[in-house]
Amino acid sequence: MKKSLPSVVVAAMLAASLSAGADDSADMTEVKRMILEMKQQHRQQIQALEARVQRAEARAEAAEQKAQSTEGKIVAVEEQVQAKPRTGDNSLNPAISLVVQGGYASYSEDPEEFHFEGMPLGGEAGLTSEGLALHEIELSASANFDNLFYGQTTLGLHDHDGEIEVDVEEAFVDTLSLPAGLGLRFGRFFSSIGYLNEHHAHAWDFADAPLAYQAFLGGQYSDNGIRASWVVPADTLFAEVGVEAMSGNSYPGDGESQAAMRNLFANIGGDVGPNNSWQLGLSRMNVDVEERAAGGHAHEHDEEEEGHDAEFSGDSDLAALDAVWKTDLGGGKALIFQGEYFWRDEDGQVSMSEEGNNALFNYDGEQDGWYLQGIFQFNRQWRTGLRYDRLTADNDLPVVSTSDMDGNALSGDVIDELREESGYQSSSHDPHRWAAMIDWTPSEFSRVRLQYARDDSREETDNQLFLQYIMTMGAHGAHQY
Amino acid sequence: MKCQIRQLAGLLVAGLLAVPVQAQLNVFACEPEWAALAQELAGEHATIFTATHASQDPHYVQARPSLIAKLRSADLAVCTGAELEIGWMPMLQRRGRNPAVLPGQAGYFEAAQQVELLEKPAKLDRAEGDVHGAGNPHFLMDPRRILRVASALSSRLQQLDPGNKSAYESLLQEFTTRWQSAIRRWQSSAEGLRGKRVVVHHREWIYLLDWLGMQRVGSLEPKPGIPPNLAHLATLKEQQADMIILSPRNDTKPSAWLQKQTGTPIVVLPHTVGAVPNSDDLFGLFDEVIRRLSESAKT
Repeated sequence: MKKSLPSVVVAAMLAASLSAGADDSADMTEVKRMILEMKQQHRQQIQALEARVQRAEARAEAAEQKAQSTEGKIVAVEEQVQAKPRTGDNSLNPAISLVVQGGYASYSEDPEEFHFEGMPLGGEAGLTSEGLALHEIELSASANFDNLFYGQTTLGLHDHDGEIEVDVEEAFVDTLSLPAGLGLRFGRFFSSIGYLNEHHAHAWDFADAPLAYQAFLGGQYSDNGIRASWVVPADTLFAEVGVEAMSGNSYPGDGESQAAMRNLFANIGGDVGPNNSWQLGLSRMNVDVEERAAGGHAHEHDEEEEGHDAEFSGDSDLAALDAVWKTDLGGGKALIFQGEYFWRDEDGQVSMSEEGNNALFNYDGEQDGWYLQGIFQFNRQWRTGLRYDRLTADNDLPVVSTSDMDGNALSGDVIDELREESGYQSSSHDPHRWAAMIDWTPSEFSRVRLQYARDDSREETDNQLFLQYIMTMGAHGAHQY
Repeated sequence: MKCQIRQLAGLLVAGLLAVPVQAQLNVFACEPEWAALAQELAGEHATIFTATHASQDPHYVQARPSLIAKLRSADLAVCTGAELEIGWMPMLQRRGRNPAVLPGQAGYFEAAQQVELLEKPAKLDRAEGDVHGAGNPHFLMDPRRILRVASALSSRLQQLDPGNKSAYESLLQEFTTRWQSAIRRWQSSAEGLRGKRVVVHHREWIYLLDWLGMQRVGSLEPKPGIPPNLAHLATLKEQQADMIILSPRNDTKPSAWLQKQTGTPIVVLPHTVGAVPNSDDLFGLFDEVIRRLSESAKT
C-alpha cells in the first residue's frame, strides 16, 4: 500500500508529462496500459487486505465463542480438528525398539558340562555363562511395507565367549489383506510349535527356557520358511490352523539346509466369564535329517576340540500340546497358569567315531518333556512364579556295525564306551528342575528378576541363581497373548 | 421327482438369499463408553461387542484369543486411539485377519482423531512416565467432545451401512438433542463446582475439570502410570485441595492416606460406563459424575 501510492503518483505525472510533450500515440497507449496495470495491482492488494480483515474477524469471533463456551454455554468443541500427520522423512520410520538383557548367573556345577543323557543338545541350548554377563542386545524394527505387507526384523547381538555374534532372529513378512481370514508369513521367524517358542525370550516369565525347549528345540526354534494359516470365522471362540514349511537350517534341523521341516499347528482359545481367558495349542513337527551333529554336552559343537562326534540320520517327529489360563483378579492382580507337553519320536541311525574307532547304531528314541508353571501378579509391578520341569528318555541303541582304524570289528567294551560317548544313550535318571522367581516391573519398559533353580538335569544337583534385567527403549510393542 | 428337486433348489436359493437380509453391523468397541455411544447411534442396526469392561485398565489389556475372534468378524472397530490401546490393539489387528478394520480403513474408527486433545507433551521421554505423544487420551469425560465423536461416528456408520443411512441420521439427531439438553442440565447443577481445587489419582480427569472449570492442583501418581509413593504424597499435603478424585479401579490406599493427613474428602467417580451402579449408559455416567461431585462440594 505504502509503496503503491507513490508509484501511482509517479506514473500519473509521467503519463501527464508524456501526454503533454509527445504526440506519439504508441507511447500513449503504453502509458495507459501501465496505469491500468497499476490500478489492477492496487485493486488486488485491497482485496487481499479485505480478506485478511475478514479472517481476523472470523478468528476473533471464534475466540469469543470459545470463551463463551467456557462460561457455560453449549458450543460444540472446535469443529475443525483432524489428525495432523507428522511430516518429513522420519515420520515413516519403522517402530524401532532395543531390548538389553543381562545379569548375573551362579551355578554350583560346571555349566559347561550341562547335558541330558539320551538327548544331545543342539542349537543354542545350554546354560548362560557364569558371572556377570550381557546376554543379548535385541534390535527390532517393524512397520507396514505398504498396504499389502507388514514386516518385522529382529537382530540379536550375543556375547559368545568374548566375541560378538550377530544373529538374525527373525526377518519376516506378513500379508495384511488376504481374504477369508487367510494369512501368509515368509522369511525367518519363530516356529508356531508350542506356546513359548513364538514369544521372544524377553517376554518369558523365567530367566531361562524350559528343559523341554533345551532338549527338543535347541532353546528356541527360529528358521527360514513359510507359514500359511487360517483364522476360523467363529463368534467368541478363536480358532486358527496352519502349516509351516521350514528349511531345517537350525536345530532340530540338521544345519545343512537340506532338511525340510514340516509343522502342522492349531490353536483355540476363548474366555470363561469376564475375567478368565485360555488358549490351547497342538502342533506336530516332522523333519528328516541327514548327519545331524549335536554335542553330548553344552557348547561342544567343535569337533576338533573333542575329537568325537555323533551324527544322527533319520526321521524326527515332535508333537506339542500347550495350554495357558489367565485369571484377572482385578486391581492389577492376576494369576497365570501355563504348561506344555512335548513328545518326540526319532528313528534312524547314529554314527559315532572316536580316535579312529567307528560304530553305527540303530537309534529308536522315545522322549517326552513337560513343564508346568504358575505366576501370581500381586500388582502392576510385582510378580512371583514357580515352575517345574521334567524330561524322560527311552532310547534303544543296538549296534549295527563297527570298525577300528584297520577295519577290524570293535570289542564289546569299546562299543559300550562309544555308545555312552554318543550322548544318545538314555539313563534311568529323569532330568527335572524346580525354579522360583520374583520380578519387579517398574514400568512396561524395565524389569528386574531374581530366580533360583534346583536343577537335577544331571545326576548331581545344580543350584542356580540368576539376577536378570530386561530393559526396553523405543517403540512400545504390542504383546502377544 | 423333478418337481421336488426344483422345490428343494428353490428353498435352498431362498435360504441363501435370506441370510444377508438380517445382516447387522458387527461393532467391536475397545472400551465400554464407545459401546454405549455406538448403541445410541446404531440402535438395532448393530451388534455391539465390548472388548474391555469397566474394571479393566485399557492400558493393560491382553490380546486375548476371544478378542482376535471378535475382531475377525467385525465390520467396525471403535477405539479411543491416542495410543491408549497400543499394547494390544495392533496385535489384534495383525492376528485378526480382517483387512476391513486395519488402521486407515473405514472399519477402524479412532475417537481421538475427532477431537482436540489436551496435555500434549512438549517433549517425549519415558522418564516422564506413561505419556501419550498425541495427548491425554481420557477425553471421554468431556460431554462436548463426546458430541463431536458422535457425529463423526454416525457418519462412519452411514458410510459402512448406506442402506440404513436415514435411520442413523435420525438416531444422531435424537441423541444430539437429548445430549445437549443433558449438558445444560449438568452444567447448571455443576455451577457450584467452578474453581474447586482437585487432587486426582491418575491424570484421567483433566477433560472433566476443564469442562466444569475446576482446577487440578496435583495427582497421587507422581508421573502418569507410576504408582503413588509416600515421598510424592507428602508434597501434596500443602495443596489445600477441595477434593481427591479417583476411579473405582484405583488403589484406595494413597488417597486414604492423604485424606487422613489433610481431611480432604474423597470422591470416587466412574471413569467409564458401568464403573459404578446407575452408570450403565452415557447419560447415567455423567449423571453419576455430577451427582457425586456436587454432593462432595456441599459437605
